Amino acid sequence: MLFQPAIIALLLAAGLAVVMLAGAAPFAVQVIRHWDIHSGSERQLALERRTYLFSTLLTFVLVAQLAALLLFVFNADRLSVMFVGAMCAVGTLNVNAWGFPSLIAQMAVFFLAAIWLAINHVDTLARDYPLVRIKYVLLLLLLPVLATNLWLEVQYFVNLKANVITSCCGSMFSEESKTITAEATSLEPLPALWLFYGGMLAAIAASLWHGRRGGRASGFLTALTSGAGFVAAITGVLSFVSLYIYEHPHHHCPFCILKPEYDYQGYGLYIPLFIATAAGLGAGAMQSFAGRPSLATIVPRVSARLAKLAAAGFLLFTALSTWFILASNLILIEH
Amino acid sequence: MIELSDIKKAFNQGKPNEYWALHGIDLALEAGKVTAFRGPSGSGKTTLLTIVGCLSRPTSGRVRFKGEDISGLPERFLTDIRRQSFGFVFQQFNLIKGLSALENVILPAFPTGRPRRELISAADALFDQLKLGHRSAAKVEWLSGGEQQRVAIARALINDPEVIIADEPTANLDTALSKEFMAILEGFTAAGKTVLLTSHDPLVVESSAVHRVVGMRDGRLTDD
Amino acid sequence: MSPWLEKQLHLIDFTLASLGRRKTKNIGLLVAYTLIVFVLASLTLFTHALRSEATFVLASSPEVILQRMVAGRHDLIPPDYIEKIGRLRGVQKKEGRLWGYYYDPVLNANYTFMARPADEVKDGYIMVGNTLARERGLAAHNTISFRSYSGKLFTFEVSAVLSPDSELLSADLVLLSENDFRKFFEYPAGHFTDIALSVANPQEVRNIAAKLSSSLPDSRPILREEVLRTYQSVFDWREGIVLTVLAGAILAFAILAWEKASGLSAEEKREIGILKAIGWETGDVIRMKSWEGLLISLTAFLLGFIAAYVHVFHLGAAVFEPVLKGWSVLYPSFTLVPTIDGLQIATLFFFTVFPYTAAVLVPIWRAAITDPDAVMRA
Repeated sequence: MLFQPAIIALLLAAGLAVVMLAGAAPFAVQVIRHWDIHSGSERQLALERRTYLFSTLLTFVLVAQLAALLLFVFNADRLSVMFVGAMCAVGTLNVNAWGFPSLIAQMAVFFLAAIWLAINHVDTLARDYPLVRIKYVLLLLLLPVLATNLWLEVQYFVNLKANVITSCCGSMFSEESKTITAEATSLEPLPALWLFYGGMLAAIAASLWHGRRGGRASGFLTALTSGAGFVAAITGVLSFVSLYIYEHPHHHCPFCILKPEYDYQGYGLYIPLFIATAAGLGAGAMQSFAGRPSLATIVPRVSARLAKLAAAGFLLFTALSTWFILASNLILIEH
Repeated sequence: MIELSDIKKAFNQGKPNEYWALHGIDLALEAGKVTAFRGPSGSGKTTLLTIVGCLSRPTSGRVRFKGEDISGLPERFLTDIRRQSFGFVFQQFNLIKGLSALENVILPAFPTGRPRRELISAADALFDQLKLGHRSAAKVEWLSGGEQQRVAIARALINDPEVIIADEPTANLDTALSKEFMAILEGFTAAGKTVLLTSHDPLVVESSAVHRVVGMRDGRLTDD
Repeated sequence: MSPWLEKQLHLIDFTLASLGRRKTKNIGLLVAYTLIVFVLASLTLFTHALRSEATFVLASSPEVILQRMVAGRHDLIPPDYIEKIGRLRGVQKKEGRLWGYYYDPVLNANYTFMARPADEVKDGYIMVGNTLARERGLAAHNTISFRSYSGKLFTFEVSAVLSPDSELLSADLVLLSENDFRKFFEYPAGHFTDIALSVANPQEVRNIAAKLSSSLPDSRPILREEVLRTYQSVFDWREGIVLTVLAGAILAFAILAWEKASGLSAEEKREIGILKAIGWETGDVIRMKSWEGLLISLTAFLLGFIAAYVHVFHLGAAVFEPVLKGWSVLYPSFTLVPTIDGLQIATLFFFTVFPYTAAVLVPIWRAAITDPDAVMRA
């Protein structure tokens, strides 16, 4: 089912990202091999200038990926009408085994690009560009991830076969078409509630602590709790937050909350969550390099700022979800 | 203030047309003084000024600015230093056509993110100082040569640099305007700024405003 | 205001001034860009409007339609058939429907004749679709004659013209009373064309259809959701095909953008050299140029989209009509109900802004790495 405008757009975006990065790879190899910050040679100057291209390129990939992520979910929701038993995006993503892996790969690309940009940012603040080689090795490692993402997307869309009437008027239910699991699997509300608030509390506490006091250990902890907090947050949305928003005890869907029927409440939740997670991961990732002399003052400064951003994002996310729960008419857990 | 040791600069390195513009320059430049570089064209004086002014990096050798070694710095940081500490007046003035004198003057301050209102009042003050107030809204291509140079000077001063670098500043000016320029130069020294210029105009090199003349030929300093 | 924000404002200021100074070069690009947005936006707006029109029409049609098959062909429903269905749990209403096609030699077109209960259309009267009324010059209280397939002439009085709300599907419709219908087509008494079943719970539809086909093996149930799905996919598919055909145009546009962005004039190169010499950093130039790209993109997108909106919803999508609309001879010249949809806009954005940005990225970088000492060397 490739001749769908949104699908063509998504494949175009993923394909172009791979092509651009693959095209840039030989230059990255040159940077890794020939970089010598102390040299005044023209080759070194050319390499330095090339680094600007890479950061611009990666920023572009990051922004495009975020937009593609939204489009992917949007499109899955819209296509649900094509599949028997699919009520929303979850159903469409479950049509074949590639749907959710593809979504996860997209999120992975987004977070990895964000981490790369965070490392790139601290590196360009240090006068000797201490992380150049590491950065470009990481960039080359990002390439297979992008390629995997493209491959998963292609697999998903190629294997997406709509249940349409094939002859001029056919009937399909007779051939006993398999029904799709329309609902995401989820945890029981009560343990999910503990996991959710526990995860959020840990993430907020760690990032606040790191934002105030700094320190490498708390930086790593921020990344760890941010990552775990992201998982806890998604679990929470699946298990109970979405139910409260839909005011329906069985509609476990992380995507429908993005729809106009629910006042786009999902954007209020996901945007802070994604930003906070990316910031938290970035703050942790740069701690690995805090020992470099030229980064000794830069990393703590930048990571504290990122940690504060992460804390604010998680706080906003938690506050909004709590508010949606309290404002809801649904009662899931008897008091 | 600025110390150069064994500065060499090559162009088109590794290619058949490789060319060394500087062959090992050792030089110390004092703060608060006017230094003129004199020499025939192709002697390397402009290349030397671009290295001193952080516009380019030496192929080898060290540059110290206020005690700090800046020769190996990436362009990003050289630009920071250049923006804060150096103001440039170019031979061709190099103003951007189509923009007003005022817009041209505040351009170097854009990357600093200073508020526009602050920039305009700073520019106005400079225009008053240079007797250009009435021309500030005029497009630069409608200005006379002397006015254009004064706009270029105002632009060099907008970020309040410690060092002013002028490349052949009087090459496009008649005698009267050249003298006027030298007067402005003396004002800079009075304000405690360091001035570096290249020239082969006797009016400049022999002027009392210039404290030191450095001769150059074929990418080397000449003793005179 | 933060210095970062001030800086972006300065950069935008400069960009606007610089765009203004190079009008002719930028207008060419803007026109091409706007045109591509216009074509693509017209396409998506139009198909989306058709899709929602179809959805709108189908919303009022029955959940299940039961046809009887004889030798694999659609046949009439015999008189006792409805009773044979019996009571089915979940079925709210079942009724026999009468409809058929009539070929009108005057317009060389097929009309859909459909019987309605007597309280809606009285004997001797008809209600006609908007397009048909226009083509045949009919208004309320006019009379019109049709020669039936048996050669007899029937005269009806038009009681009303159907509202143009859903013109796409009612364009060729003629509603008449059951008695008139049977007389006109000499339809055997007690027989029906098909049976419409209303089902309240959408979850039940498939079960009911399965039960129907097992209890009446010679029947064929058609589900509304399947029709809807087929419509959607047909429209999507057509849109996708046209988009693929237009990919060449998008590519050409991307090449134009690349060429425009890399073909900097000597004047522009000099300007960037000056900016770098007086203290702009490579990153600043890249940001300034990115703002330029963004401003051009947004302007083109807005202009193109508004033009497409007018084209589709006020001018009837003159360009795409033949490609995308139905198969019928009677082209309804209708005004679509304006609908704008987030997914469509997002997709459109990907098809236009994304290739543009990708195309200008490298040229922007190339321009930005001009040597800062270039102006001194010249």
